[in-house]
Amino acid sequence: MEWLTMRTWSPYAVGAGIGVLSWLTFLLSDKPLGCSTAFARTSGMIEKLFRGRKVEDRPYYRKFAPVIDWEWMLVLGVFLGALVSSLTSGSFELTLQHPRWVSHFGDSPVARLVVALAGGVLMGFGARWAGGCTSGHGISGTLQMALSSWIAAISFFAGGIASAWLIFGLLGGGV
Amino acid sequence: MADLRPAGRWCLMLEGLHGRKGLQFVLALLAGMAFGFLLQKGGVTEYDVITGQLLLQDFTVVKVMLSAVIVGSLGIHLLRSLGMARLHPKPGSLGSSALGGLVFGAGFATLGYCPGTVAGAVGSGALDALFGGVVGILLGAGLFSKAYTGMSRGVMLKADFGDRTIPRALGVNSWAVVLPACVLMAAVLWLLESAGY
Repeated sequence: MEWLTMRTWSPYAVGAGIGVLSWLTFLLSDKPLGCSTAFARTSGMIEKLFRGRKVEDRPYYRKFAPVIDWEWMLVLGVFLGALVSSLTSGSFELTLQHPRWVSHFGDSPVARLVVALAGGVLMGFGARWAGGCTSGHGISGTLQMALSSWIAAISFFAGGIASAWLIFGLLGGGV
Repeated sequence: MADLRPAGRWCLMLEGLHGRKGLQFVLALLAGMAFGFLLQKGGVTEYDVITGQLLLQDFTVVKVMLSAVIVGSLGIHLLRSLGMARLHPKPGSLGSSALGGLVFGAGFATLGYCPGTVAGAVGSGALDALFGGVVGILLGAGLFSKAYTGMSRGVMLKADFGDRTIPRALGVNSWAVVLPACVLMAAVLWLLESAGY
Protein backbone atom coordinates (compact mmCIF):
# COMPACT_ATOMS: atom_id res chain seq x y z
CA MET A 1 0.00 0.00 0.00
CA GLU A 2 3.07 2.25 -0.26
CA TRP A 3 1.66 3.80 -3.45
CA LEU A 4 -1.07 5.48 -1.41
CA THR A 5 1.46 7.69 0.37
CA MET A 6 3.65 8.48 -2.64
CA ARG A 7 4.01 12.22 -3.33
CA THR A 8 3.02 12.02 -6.98
CA TRP A 9 1.39 9.54 -9.32
CA SER A 10 1.61 9.26 -13.08
CA PRO A 11 -0.71 11.85 -14.68
CA TYR A 12 -2.24 9.03 -16.73
CA ALA A 13 -3.12 7.03 -13.60
CA VAL A 14 -4.61 10.16 -12.04
CA GLY A 15 -6.59 10.96 -15.19
CA ALA A 16 -7.88 7.40 -15.52
CA GLY A 17 -8.88 7.52 -11.84
CA ILE A 18 -10.86 10.72 -12.42
CA GLY A 19 -12.51 9.08 -15.44
CA VAL A 20 -13.61 6.08 -13.35
CA LEU A 21 -14.78 8.46 -10.60
CA SER A 22 -17.00 10.20 -13.15
CA TRP A 23 -18.63 6.83 -14.03
CA LEU A 24 -19.47 6.40 -10.37
CA THR A 25 -20.97 9.87 -9.89
CA PHE A 26 -23.13 9.49 -13.02
CA LEU A 27 -24.23 6.03 -11.93
CA LEU A 28 -24.76 6.53 -8.20
CA SER A 29 -25.69 10.23 -8.05
CA ASP A 30 -26.80 11.14 -11.62
CA LYS A 31 -24.32 14.05 -11.37
CA PRO A 32 -21.25 15.14 -13.32
CA LEU A 33 -18.15 16.36 -11.44
CA GLY A 34 -18.12 20.18 -11.29
CA CYS A 35 -16.88 22.83 -8.88
CA SER A 36 -17.77 26.40 -9.79
CA THR A 37 -21.48 26.59 -8.84
CA ALA A 38 -20.49 25.78 -5.25
CA PHE A 39 -18.59 29.09 -5.20
CA ALA A 40 -21.59 30.98 -6.62
CA ARG A 41 -23.91 29.45 -4.00
CA THR A 42 -21.45 30.23 -1.18
CA SER A 43 -21.12 33.80 -2.38
CA GLY A 44 -24.92 34.11 -2.22
CA MET A 45 -25.01 32.54 1.27
CA ILE A 46 -22.44 35.07 2.51
CA GLU A 47 -24.28 37.99 0.91
CA LYS A 48 -27.49 36.76 2.53
CA LEU A 49 -25.84 37.08 5.95
CA PHE A 50 -25.34 40.80 5.32
CA ARG A 51 -28.28 41.76 3.17
CA GLY A 52 -30.97 39.32 4.20
CA ARG A 53 -33.37 37.19 2.21
CA LYS A 54 -33.88 39.68 -0.64
CA VAL A 55 -30.64 38.30 -2.13
CA GLU A 56 -32.63 35.16 -2.99
CA ASP A 57 -34.85 37.22 -5.33
CA ARG A 58 -31.98 38.00 -7.69
CA PRO A 59 -32.65 36.08 -10.93
CA TYR A 60 -29.27 34.34 -10.77
CA TYR A 61 -29.95 32.94 -7.30
CA ARG A 62 -33.41 31.80 -8.36
CA LYS A 63 -31.54 29.59 -10.83
CA PHE A 64 -28.71 28.64 -8.45
CA ALA A 65 -30.19 28.89 -4.95
CA PRO A 66 -27.69 29.98 -2.27
CA VAL A 67 -27.82 26.71 -0.34
CA ILE A 68 -25.55 23.75 0.34
CA ASP A 69 -26.07 21.11 -2.36
CA TRP A 70 -24.40 18.00 -3.83
CA GLU A 71 -21.70 19.97 -5.61
CA TRP A 72 -20.94 22.02 -2.49
CA MET A 73 -20.25 18.79 -0.59
CA LEU A 74 -18.06 17.66 -3.51
CA VAL A 75 -15.88 20.79 -3.26
CA LEU A 76 -15.60 20.37 0.52
CA GLY A 77 -14.45 16.82 -0.24
CA VAL A 78 -11.82 18.07 -2.74
CA PHE A 79 -10.28 20.16 0.05
CA LEU A 80 -10.34 17.23 2.49
CA GLY A 81 -9.03 14.69 -0.05
CA ALA A 82 -6.10 16.93 -1.00
CA LEU A 83 -5.42 17.53 2.70
CA VAL A 84 -5.30 13.75 3.37
CA SER A 85 -3.08 13.19 0.32
CA SER A 86 -0.63 15.96 1.17
CA LEU A 87 -0.44 15.13 4.90
CA THR A 88 0.09 11.39 4.36
CA SER A 89 2.71 11.90 1.64
CA GLY A 90 4.60 14.60 3.52
CA SER A 91 4.00 17.23 0.83
CA PHE A 92 1.75 19.46 2.98
CA GLU A 93 3.44 22.81 3.43
CA LEU A 94 2.08 26.26 4.28
CA THR A 95 3.24 28.37 1.35
CA LEU A 96 2.41 31.72 -0.12
CA GLN A 97 5.05 31.84 -2.83
CA HIS A 98 5.91 29.63 -5.77
CA PRO A 99 9.24 29.42 -7.63
CA ARG A 100 7.87 30.57 -11.01
CA TRP A 101 6.16 33.64 -9.50
CA VAL A 102 9.20 34.61 -7.39
CA SER A 103 11.65 34.27 -10.29
CA HIS A 104 9.61 36.74 -12.37
CA PHE A 105 8.11 39.12 -9.83
CA GLY A 106 10.10 38.82 -6.59
CA ASP A 107 9.00 37.58 -3.19
CA SER A 108 6.64 40.32 -1.95
CA PRO A 109 3.72 38.48 -0.30
CA VAL A 110 1.40 41.46 -0.87
CA ALA A 111 2.04 41.44 -4.63
CA ARG A 112 1.30 37.70 -4.90
CA LEU A 113 -1.89 38.00 -2.82
CA VAL A 114 -3.21 41.01 -4.75
CA VAL A 115 -2.58 39.31 -8.11
CA ALA A 116 -4.11 36.02 -6.87
CA LEU A 117 -7.17 37.94 -5.68
CA ALA A 118 -7.51 39.70 -9.05
CA GLY A 119 -7.13 36.35 -10.82
CA GLY A 120 -9.75 34.82 -8.56
CA VAL A 121 -12.25 37.60 -9.35
CA LEU A 122 -11.73 37.11 -13.12
CA MET A 123 -12.03 33.36 -12.70
CA GLY A 124 -15.19 33.47 -10.55
CA PHE A 125 -16.85 35.87 -12.98
CA GLY A 126 -15.66 33.97 -16.08
CA ALA A 127 -16.61 30.55 -14.72
CA ARG A 128 -20.21 31.57 -14.05
CA TRP A 129 -20.37 33.48 -17.35
CA ALA A 130 -19.22 30.38 -19.23
CA GLY A 131 -21.46 28.18 -17.08
CA GLY A 132 -18.70 25.93 -15.76
CA CYS A 133 -15.02 25.47 -15.02
CA THR A 134 -12.12 23.17 -15.81
CA SER A 135 -13.93 20.27 -14.15
CA GLY A 136 -17.59 20.93 -15.06
CA HIS A 137 -16.86 21.88 -18.68
CA GLY A 138 -13.24 20.78 -19.12
CA ILE A 139 -13.66 17.19 -17.94
CA SER A 140 -17.34 16.34 -17.32
CA GLY A 141 -18.76 18.30 -20.24
CA THR A 142 -16.19 17.28 -22.83
CA LEU A 143 -16.51 13.59 -21.89
CA GLN A 144 -20.25 13.89 -22.61
CA MET A 145 -19.27 15.46 -25.98
CA ALA A 146 -21.31 18.57 -25.11
CA LEU A 147 -20.79 21.30 -27.72
CA SER A 148 -20.84 24.09 -25.08
CA SER A 149 -18.12 22.34 -23.07
CA TRP A 150 -15.72 21.78 -25.97
CA ILE A 151 -16.04 25.45 -26.93
CA ALA A 152 -15.60 26.53 -23.30
CA ALA A 153 -12.59 24.24 -22.70
CA ILE A 154 -10.83 25.49 -25.85
CA SER A 155 -11.56 29.08 -24.75
CA PHE A 156 -10.19 28.41 -21.23
CA PHE A 157 -6.87 27.32 -22.69
CA ALA A 158 -6.79 29.98 -25.43
CA GLY A 159 -7.39 32.72 -22.83
CA GLY A 160 -5.06 31.04 -20.34
CA ILE A 161 -2.16 30.56 -22.75
CA ALA A 162 -2.43 34.14 -24.09
CA SER A 163 -2.62 35.57 -20.55
CA ALA A 164 0.26 33.44 -19.25
CA TRP A 165 2.51 34.69 -22.07
CA LEU A 166 1.41 38.25 -21.36
CA ILE A 167 2.04 37.87 -17.61
CA PHE A 168 5.34 35.98 -17.62
CA GLY A 169 6.67 36.84 -21.08
CA LEU A 170 5.82 40.53 -21.38
CA LEU A 171 5.30 41.83 -17.82
CA GLY A 172 7.64 39.35 -16.14
CA GLY A 173 10.58 39.97 -18.46
CA GLY A 174 10.54 36.81 -20.61
CA VAL A 175 9.50 33.18 -20.20
CA MET B 1 -33.45 10.28 -29.17
CA ALA B 2 -33.53 6.98 -27.32
CA ASP B 3 -31.84 8.47 -24.30
CA LEU B 4 -33.30 6.19 -21.68
CA ARG B 5 -33.50 2.48 -22.16
CA PRO B 6 -34.92 1.08 -18.96
CA ALA B 7 -32.82 -1.84 -17.77
CA GLY B 8 -35.38 -3.11 -15.29
CA ARG B 9 -34.62 -3.37 -11.61
CA TRP B 10 -31.21 -1.73 -11.89
CA CYS B 11 -32.72 1.57 -12.99
CA LEU B 12 -35.38 1.58 -10.30
CA MET B 13 -32.72 0.87 -7.69
CA LEU B 14 -30.53 3.69 -9.00
CA GLU B 15 -33.42 6.14 -9.13
CA GLY B 16 -34.24 5.33 -5.51
CA LEU B 17 -30.61 5.99 -4.65
CA HIS B 18 -30.57 9.33 -6.51
CA GLY B 19 -33.53 10.57 -4.43
CA ARG B 20 -31.97 9.96 -1.00
CA LYS B 21 -30.63 13.39 -0.10
CA GLY B 22 -28.65 12.55 3.03
CA LEU B 23 -26.97 9.59 1.40
CA GLN B 24 -26.24 11.70 -1.71
CA PHE B 25 -24.44 14.29 0.43
CA VAL B 26 -22.24 11.53 1.87
CA LEU B 27 -21.55 10.18 -1.65
CA ALA B 28 -20.70 13.72 -2.84
CA LEU B 29 -18.27 14.19 0.03
CA LEU B 30 -16.61 10.82 -0.70
CA ALA B 31 -16.44 11.53 -4.45
CA GLY B 32 -14.94 14.95 -3.69
CA MET B 33 -12.35 13.38 -1.40
CA ALA B 34 -11.34 10.93 -4.13
CA PHE B 35 -11.23 13.80 -6.64
CA GLY B 36 -9.09 16.01 -4.36
CA PHE B 37 -6.80 13.08 -3.48
CA LEU B 38 -6.25 12.38 -7.20
CA LEU B 39 -5.71 16.05 -8.13
CA GLN B 40 -3.13 16.39 -5.36
CA LYS B 41 -1.33 13.19 -6.41
CA GLY B 42 -1.29 14.44 -10.00
CA GLY B 43 0.50 17.62 -8.94
CA VAL B 44 -2.18 19.76 -10.59
CA THR B 45 -2.94 21.54 -7.31
CA GLU B 46 0.45 23.29 -7.70
CA TYR B 47 0.74 26.84 -9.06
CA ASP B 48 3.94 26.04 -10.97
CA VAL B 49 2.39 23.01 -12.69
CA ILE B 50 -0.68 24.93 -13.86
CA THR B 51 1.21 28.03 -15.02
CA GLY B 52 3.79 25.69 -16.62
CA GLN B 53 0.95 24.15 -18.64
CA LEU B 54 -0.31 27.54 -19.81
CA LEU B 55 3.26 28.44 -20.83
CA LEU B 56 3.38 25.11 -22.74
CA GLN B 57 6.40 23.92 -20.76
CA ASP B 58 4.80 21.22 -18.57
CA PHE B 59 1.95 19.14 -20.00
CA THR B 60 0.79 17.47 -16.77
CA VAL B 61 -2.60 19.25 -16.80
CA VAL B 62 -3.35 18.19 -20.38
CA LYS B 63 -2.24 14.60 -19.66
CA VAL B 64 -4.55 14.37 -16.62
CA MET B 65 -7.49 15.98 -18.43
CA LEU B 66 -7.26 14.01 -21.68
CA SER B 67 -6.84 10.66 -19.94
CA ALA B 68 -9.83 11.50 -17.70
CA VAL B 69 -11.92 12.41 -20.75
CA ILE B 70 -10.93 9.25 -22.67
CA VAL B 71 -11.68 6.87 -19.78
CA GLY B 72 -14.70 8.89 -18.67
CA SER B 73 -16.38 9.17 -22.06
CA LEU B 74 -15.99 5.48 -22.93
CA GLY B 75 -17.54 4.47 -19.61
CA ILE B 76 -20.30 7.07 -19.52
CA HIS B 77 -21.42 6.30 -23.06
CA LEU B 78 -21.38 2.58 -22.30
CA LEU B 79 -23.51 3.15 -19.19
CA ARG B 80 -25.82 5.29 -21.29
CA SER B 81 -26.11 2.63 -24.01
CA LEU B 82 -27.03 0.16 -21.26
CA GLY B 83 -29.67 2.57 -19.97
CA MET B 84 -27.92 3.01 -16.62
CA ALA B 85 -26.92 6.68 -16.87
CA ARG B 86 -28.16 9.79 -18.61
CA LEU B 87 -26.21 12.72 -19.98
CA HIS B 88 -26.36 16.24 -18.56
CA PRO B 89 -24.91 18.47 -21.30
CA LYS B 90 -24.82 22.16 -20.33
CA PRO B 91 -26.49 24.78 -22.52
CA GLY B 92 -24.23 27.37 -24.12
CA SER B 93 -23.68 30.04 -26.75
CA LEU B 94 -20.66 31.74 -28.24
CA GLY B 95 -21.56 34.77 -26.10
CA SER B 96 -21.33 32.70 -22.91
CA SER B 97 -19.14 29.62 -23.48
CA ALA B 98 -16.51 31.36 -25.63
CA LEU B 99 -16.43 34.89 -24.14
CA GLY B 100 -16.87 33.71 -20.55
CA GLY B 101 -14.30 31.01 -21.29
CA LEU B 102 -11.71 33.58 -22.38
CA VAL B 103 -12.27 35.60 -19.18
CA PHE B 104 -11.97 32.36 -17.19
CA GLY B 105 -8.67 31.69 -19.02
CA ALA B 106 -7.31 35.10 -18.02
CA GLY B 107 -8.20 34.29 -14.41
CA PHE B 108 -6.70 30.80 -14.77
CA ALA B 109 -3.28 32.25 -15.72
CA THR B 110 -3.42 35.11 -13.19
CA LEU B 111 -4.46 32.98 -10.23
CA GLY B 112 -2.65 29.79 -11.25
CA TYR B 113 -5.46 27.52 -10.02
CA CYS B 114 -9.01 26.73 -11.13
CA PRO B 115 -12.12 26.37 -8.92
CA GLY B 116 -11.49 22.66 -8.25
CA THR B 117 -7.72 22.74 -7.91
CA VAL B 118 -7.89 25.88 -5.73
CA ALA B 119 -9.77 23.81 -3.10
CA GLY B 120 -7.10 21.11 -3.44
CA ALA B 121 -4.31 23.70 -3.22
CA VAL B 122 -5.81 25.02 0.04
CA GLY B 123 -5.76 21.42 1.30
CA SER B 124 -2.06 21.25 0.40
CA GLY B 125 -1.32 24.41 2.40
CA ALA B 126 -1.22 27.08 -0.33
CA LEU B 127 -2.19 30.33 1.40
CA ASP B 128 -2.37 32.32 -1.85
CA ALA B 129 -5.04 29.81 -2.96
CA LEU B 130 -7.05 30.51 0.20
CA PHE B 131 -6.72 34.27 0.76
CA GLY B 132 -6.32 35.21 -2.90
CA GLY B 133 -8.01 32.44 -4.86
CA VAL B 134 -11.04 31.36 -2.83
CA VAL B 135 -11.86 34.92 -1.72
CA GLY B 136 -11.45 36.23 -5.28
CA ILE B 137 -13.60 33.50 -6.84
CA LEU B 138 -16.36 34.18 -4.29
CA LEU B 139 -16.20 37.91 -5.11
CA GLY B 140 -16.15 37.26 -8.87
CA ALA B 141 -19.09 34.84 -8.68
CA GLY B 142 -20.99 37.38 -6.54
CA LEU B 143 -20.33 40.15 -9.09
CA PHE B 144 -21.57 37.84 -11.85
CA SER B 145 -24.82 37.17 -9.96
CA LYS B 146 -25.56 40.91 -10.34
CA ALA B 147 -24.33 41.22 -13.93
CA TYR B 148 -26.31 38.10 -14.95
CA THR B 149 -29.67 39.90 -14.99
CA GLY B 150 -28.56 42.12 -17.90
CA MET B 151 -26.09 39.75 -19.58
CA SER B 152 -28.57 36.87 -19.78
CA ARG B 153 -30.77 39.06 -21.99
CA GLY B 154 -27.89 40.39 -24.09
CA VAL B 155 -24.42 39.05 -24.77
CA MET B 156 -25.14 35.55 -23.43
CA LEU B 157 -27.78 34.99 -26.13
CA LYS B 158 -25.35 35.60 -29.01
CA ALA B 159 -25.03 32.50 -31.22
CA ASP B 160 -26.97 30.27 -28.85
CA PHE B 161 -26.67 26.53 -29.52
CA GLY B 162 -28.51 25.17 -26.51
CA ASP B 163 -27.52 21.96 -24.76
CA ARG B 164 -26.81 19.89 -27.83
CA THR B 165 -23.99 17.42 -27.90
CA ILE B 166 -21.64 17.11 -30.87
CA PRO B 167 -23.24 13.79 -32.00
CA ARG B 168 -26.68 15.40 -31.89
CA ALA B 169 -25.47 18.49 -33.77
CA LEU B 170 -24.05 16.19 -36.47
CA GLY B 171 -27.09 13.92 -36.39
CA VAL B 172 -25.05 10.75 -35.79
CA ASN B 173 -24.85 7.98 -33.20
CA SER B 174 -22.83 8.98 -30.08
CA TRP B 175 -20.24 6.25 -30.66
CA ALA B 176 -19.47 7.68 -34.11
CA VAL B 177 -18.06 10.72 -32.29
CA VAL B 178 -16.84 9.15 -29.03
CA LEU B 179 -14.59 6.51 -30.60
CA PRO B 180 -12.77 8.79 -33.10
CA ALA B 181 -12.46 11.52 -30.42
CA CYS B 182 -10.85 9.04 -28.00
CA VAL B 183 -8.43 7.83 -30.69
CA LEU B 184 -7.55 11.45 -31.47
CA MET B 185 -6.99 12.34 -27.79
CA ALA B 186 -4.84 9.22 -27.31
CA ALA B 187 -2.83 10.26 -30.38
CA VAL B 188 -2.24 13.72 -28.85
CA LEU B 189 -0.96 12.07 -25.65
CA TRP B 190 1.28 9.75 -27.66
CA LEU B 191 2.69 12.71 -29.63
CA LEU B 192 3.37 14.63 -26.41
CA GLU B 193 5.28 11.66 -24.99
CA SER B 194 7.23 11.13 -28.23
CA ALA B 195 8.15 14.81 -28.30
CA GLY B 196 9.64 14.40 -24.83
CA TYR B 197 7.05 16.33 -22.81
